[in-house]
Amino acid sequence: MKAIVTVTPKKSILDPQGDAVRKAIHHLGMECVESVRVGKHIELEISGTNVEKTREKLEQAAKDLLSNPVIEDYKIEIQ
Amino acid sequence: MKFAVLQFPGSNCDQDAFHAVRDVLKQPVRYAWHKDTRIDADEAVIVPGGFSYGDYLRCGAIARFSPIMAAVKEAAARGQTVLGICNGFQILCEAGLLPGALVRNTGLHFICETVTLSVANSRTRFTQQTRDGDTLRIPIAHGEGNYRVDADTLKAMEDHGQIVFRYAGGAPNGSLGDIAGVCNKEGNVLGMMPHPERACEPLLGSADGLKIFQSLLK
Repeated sequence: MKAIVTVTPKKSILDPQGDAVRKAIHHLGMECVESVRVGKHIELEISGTNVEKTREKLEQAAKDLLSNPVIEDYKIEIQ
Repeated sequence: MKFAVLQFPGSNCDQDAFHAVRDVLKQPVRYAWHKDTRIDADEAVIVPGGFSYGDYLRCGAIARFSPIMAAVKEAAARGQTVLGICNGFQILCEAGLLPGALVRNTGLHFICETVTLSVANSRTRFTQQTRDGDTLRIPIAHGEGNYRVDADTLKAMEDHGQIVFRYAGGAPNGSLGDIAGVCNKEGNVLGMMPHPERACEPLLGSADGLKIFQSLLK
């Protein structure tokens, strides 16, 4: 099984990195880009077939390690 | 007072902290390796600066799971002194020993300069050699020192005197409320981005940081 955990800065948290990328994109002539948030894309290869159990464990891992709930949100996708 | 200075792979201010305690403060000190599991009941813990585990994932995120951190949590729960400096501050936040988190500096730059701190709470065990409003000249050196915490927690922290240091004249890193150092509600765990161990002798340009270490001996 493959899982993808996407971690993004919370909406309420200023993302200086995203803002720098937004400004750089404007230099490319894409003034239409209004906002950029830079996050992390984490791919996990997981043994076993029980999707529900895996999701449960991944929730724990995402909360405890892969993201910091004070500043980040996460999304789990199992393929 | 006995001190234990933690060492993680990537710690790089451990020897500075060790020197400040042994040679300037003249107190017994030992290193505690990240795989160790022992913090003695009479020890104060220093979590030093650096780039533990290469700052992979997030600053301090991986160090938090080191065996030694379980012992540090127990020591903190017993009321022992824990001082986190720079990366040590980030680790203590990740470990849940301090509220909030540290994100990238607003200007994206790594900032290495001596700043002026203002003491916001001189009634902690870390600041009893100072008075409220005193200024301390202490260097910072970090890329992720921008302190963030939600509004409700910040209010509670202010009510409990948990904001210990602020950057005088504005935070160079964008920190909320110009916060440079905070403690837990019980007052025995302090995290700060500036490096007091680098400002313990006049030869280094400032000895103001020594006041923080001396406060612990009072």
